[in-house]
Amino acid sequence: MGLLSDPVRRRALARLVLRLNAPLCVLSYVAGIAWFLALVFPPLTQRTYMSENAMGSTMVEEQFAGGDRARAFARDFAAHRKKSGALPVAWLERTMRSVGLEVYTQSFSRKLPFPDETHERYMVSGTNVYGILRAPRAASTESLVLTVPCGSDSTNSQAVGLLLALAAHFRGQIYWAKDIVFLVTEHDLLGTEAWLEAYHDVNVTGMQSSPLQGRAGAIQAAVALELSSDVVTSLDVAVEGLNGQLPNLDLLNLFQTFCQKGGLLCTLQGKLQPEDWTSLDGPLQGLQTLLLMVLRQASGRPHGSHGLFLRYRVEALTLRGINSFRQYKYDLVAVGKALEGMFRKLNHLLERLHQSFFLYLLPGLSRFVSIGLYMPAVGFLLLVLGLKALELWMQLHEAGMGLEEPGGAPGPSVPLPPSQGVGLASLVAPLLISQAMGLALYVLPVLGQHVATQHFPVAEAEAVVLTLLAIYAAGLALPHNTHRVVSAQAPDRGWMALKLVALIYLALQLGCIALTNFSLGFLLATTMVPTAALAKPHGPRTLYAALLVLTSPAATLLGSLFLWRELQEAPLSLAEGWQLFLAALAQGVLEHHTYGALLFPLLSLGLYPCWLLFWNVLFWK
Amino acid sequence: MAAAMPLALLVLLLLGPGGWCLAEPPRDSLREELVITPLPSGDVAATFQFRTRWDSELQREGVWINLGRSSVMSSQGSSAPLSTSSTPPTQSLPLPPSNPWVWPMTLTTTFCAMLCCRGRWSAPKTSPPGRSSCPVVPRASLISFHLLQAGLSVLLKADRLFHTSYHSQAVHIRPVCRNARCTSISWELRQTLSVVFDAFITGQGKKDWSLFRMFSRTLTEPCPLASESRVYVDITTYNQDNETLEVHPPPTTTYQDVILGTRKTYAIYDLLDTAMINNSRNLNIQLKWKRPPENEAPPVPFLHAQRYVSGYGLQKGELSTLLYNTHPYRAFPVLLLDTVPWYLRLYVHTLTITSKGKENKPSYIHYQPAQDRLQPHLLEMLIQLPANSVTKVSIQFERALLKWTEYTPDPNHGFYVSPSVLSALVPSMVAAKPVDWEESPLFNSLFPVSDGSNYFVRLYTEPLLVNLPTPDFSMPYNVICLTCTVVAVCYGSFYNLLTRTFHIEEPRTGGLAKRLANLIRRARGVPPL
Repeated sequence: MGLLSDPVRRRALARLVLRLNAPLCVLSYVAGIAWFLALVFPPLTQRTYMSENAMGSTMVEEQFAGGDRARAFARDFAAHRKKSGALPVAWLERTMRSVGLEVYTQSFSRKLPFPDETHERYMVSGTNVYGILRAPRAASTESLVLTVPCGSDSTNSQAVGLLLALAAHFRGQIYWAKDIVFLVTEHDLLGTEAWLEAYHDVNVTGMQSSPLQGRAGAIQAAVALELSSDVVTSLDVAVEGLNGQLPNLDLLNLFQTFCQKGGLLCTLQGKLQPEDWTSLDGPLQGLQTLLLMVLRQASGRPHGSHGLFLRYRVEALTLRGINSFRQYKYDLVAVGKALEGMFRKLNHLLERLHQSFFLYLLPGLSRFVSIGLYMPAVGFLLLVLGLKALELWMQLHEAGMGLEEPGGAPGPSVPLPPSQGVGLASLVAPLLISQAMGLALYVLPVLGQHVATQHFPVAEAEAVVLTLLAIYAAGLALPHNTHRVVSAQAPDRGWMALKLVALIYLALQLGCIALTNFSLGFLLATTMVPTAALAKPHGPRTLYAALLVLTSPAATLLGSLFLWRELQEAPLSLAEGWQLFLAALAQGVLEHHTYGALLFPLLSLGLYPCWLLFWNVLFWK
Repeated sequence: MAAAMPLALLVLLLLGPGGWCLAEPPRDSLREELVITPLPSGDVAATFQFRTRWDSELQREGVWINLGRSSVMSSQGSSAPLSTSSTPPTQSLPLPPSNPWVWPMTLTTTFCAMLCCRGRWSAPKTSPPGRSSCPVVPRASLISFHLLQAGLSVLLKADRLFHTSYHSQAVHIRPVCRNARCTSISWELRQTLSVVFDAFITGQGKKDWSLFRMFSRTLTEPCPLASESRVYVDITTYNQDNETLEVHPPPTTTYQDVILGTRKTYAIYDLLDTAMINNSRNLNIQLKWKRPPENEAPPVPFLHAQRYVSGYGLQKGELSTLLYNTHPYRAFPVLLLDTVPWYLRLYVHTLTITSKGKENKPSYIHYQPAQDRLQPHLLEMLIQLPANSVTKVSIQFERALLKWTEYTPDPNHGFYVSPSVLSALVPSMVAAKPVDWEESPLFNSLFPVSDGSNYFVRLYTEPLLVNLPTPDFSMPYNVICLTCTVVAVCYGSFYNLLTRTFHIEEPRTGGLAKRLANLIRRARGVPPL
């Protein structure tokens, strides 16, 4: 502290920051990106290991052999479903009761804010069926959940078959210490959300549903299953949940243990994990997986119905059966055995899963990067904003105090005329206007969809997306309006103060986001930080403007879509990309309303107004 | 608990009914009884009861429970009845949990040790006496079971008893008047064991049962010391049709009674009846369904309840109790007793009771607030349940942050909240006659009848598991603590830096002369030196 309180040394330090600001910023930014890329190399990525004692040492013997039974259940289910056109509730109830479960149903209905064109639904009503296997001689204080989300089409019937066969097998065993809930939900995630809200007796998304008749205590863990064929070539595991929440790493370790034990081919993000991490190929492949995970986590969507459980502090993951062109295939028994093993081990749990990591990145199924190692990447990126803000503050401060540089060097900026006060009043208008723009972006599209459909020949969903884009673009026109409001006392001081505020605002937001959802924070920081640092009303304005537009939140989303498909080795054409972009916008708004995803409000109420401030700076007059 | 285990085993060895069979002095009496009830779901409930009576003054002799337990007894004042039971409360079974009364803490632990249950008791969590009595051991999982075998206890074979879906054990001790004027008292020890055999697992879907199939034993001889040794089988037909089930061997006598508001018929097998066993030295009671009952949900009792924690996150939550009155036309009052540990801070103003969408005002509320680390919340209410309704009682709470030494070794398991206790007089379907306790079968004591038109029921809801905000007791936790300390130390200096401006002050040269000169210069209006 002595370093800073000594005015002479302080001045020297300030001069250093001012003079070396640009190289320091570049260095910090490059360091951030490099650090992130280095995450896939072995010293930073570590082998996963089972931390939970109760699941670690003991091995269990899997005895599930109900493959034929599962297939028969699946066939019956598919037939009944085809006949009734919806979830065959009565058949499910009867079957679950016949395998010895305590069966309950729950009906729910939800009117979406606007028609969902991807899933083709608007007024949704459905029924969830669940059966509870009561653990013998226990008091129903804890439970595990096996859930199968059923969509509108007839996929996932094999998963229902396997669920029923597993239920029949589990019912005959005497070792259960926790109740097991077998849950089949209709309208995939909407049904899951309805059930979870009713189970915890809360209403977060405006779902209307009947109260649950049967409960089974505190849910300790959940596994969601998606299977659409009798045989699978591999099992893909999805961990990313709502708002980028992740389940405890031990649950993934558990899955991986049984993958290895059963000799199953298991993938993460649809990618096999590289075997050799010492050469360059392994880490490069890991980087691909890591980037896919970052993109998925940043989207904040629940990637499978497990994602909704995480809000209630229920560790959960989704297993997806993949049937590709590989030669070697596994039948339902292999999948069932893996699930049986997982449930038996979860049954051993004495405490909730808490030992292992909750915040991690995965470059492979058996490799992880812990939070302590990946945070510096985003830290370096945010340092750029800090350095830039410090520079602006010093320039403003020097000008205000009329402090002369003793060395005679006037600093990198043009000398400013001394005037008293930074002119905070001049900041109020742009701040208010951009924030109001954000509010409009958040509220108007859904609110004004009916007005839009009356005046334009578009459907509701289209109207919402187009209004969204229109308001977004209208924000860009604002700076031309604000300069009249702003008093023109000292033009340079004005934009510097505004940029200072905007930089601090952006740094704070990105910092908070990175703490809760690293991927989103990092992605936004990578794109927004350089242009935010560059924005000023002098120099090549058109270039800056183009850069700023390219790095705006919406453009980041578009870019991410292209990157995502590129990494999945299914590149998009421009037109496809645009269509996907529009669909993603609609989905983003819908997911906010139906599941409470926070990406849409975060972008519209937080980052977009902040980005507008930089736009404002750029076109300051 | 681990240290208590061998001790407990020893006590049980001596306490076991077989123990009395062999070692009881003749002036005392032992009655034993087994009630077998086929349930509509196909499961079979078996309730053992062993009742021992000592015609002796406990205080004088004081050694009837060995290994120094008697000192515990007498120091607690031995004239009060004492009970404990280890019962995982399960609402789906129409079985009465044994009815315990108020008991002191140490005794509970003692009895818990005798029952070999692993209770979770510690002083601040126990409840003070309320108007209704206090509940069972909140989380009692059985560890072991060890008995000497003769009479009915032949059937108590551990590996079969632990293949059951329900298990409840209880010990009751009470004084009994030896004559009408109660000039001298006897002591009665009642031990009960209830199990429910899971037809789905043991019967492979078949609902027929026999003693051998359930216990892998048959009855061979009566206990030579027992004054009464009987097996009752519930042969009440569920449909009006008389020919649904058949017992073998055919019973010599039957017994009819009103149990929980419905008329029941029991077949009686008296083991002391020489004809019963001496023929083959082997009594294997069998029951066959002539027309198997449909695979349907069991009939719903008039009063049942459900309890759960709602909400998510670690700050707040809500305790909700759903009380179901399924009686088609009669309302009845229920006394609800809740004891909630102090670390769930209840907000009593949030207490809401709604039935059929309307507020239901309780006619009596007694609330005793918790004291941190000393006593739990006690909330007792008398609520009228309208006919055919669901009543929701909910109260919000905030989770307290414990001191770090107060967490259990498994803090992430959650903390148990003991069950609510519901006491009610439920309208009866058939009128019951008042019973003579000494003459009627022992199992009647499980179903106390108050008067002809009502019967008394005490229900325990499920215990709850609540997660409290728990620090991560690991290395990162220590790192966070250390970081916070460092930040706290740095704060002062940073605050200084941010709020003060620094000037270089030229070293003061010249003394009095300069100051004087400056004074003159100021007077002249010239800038100072």
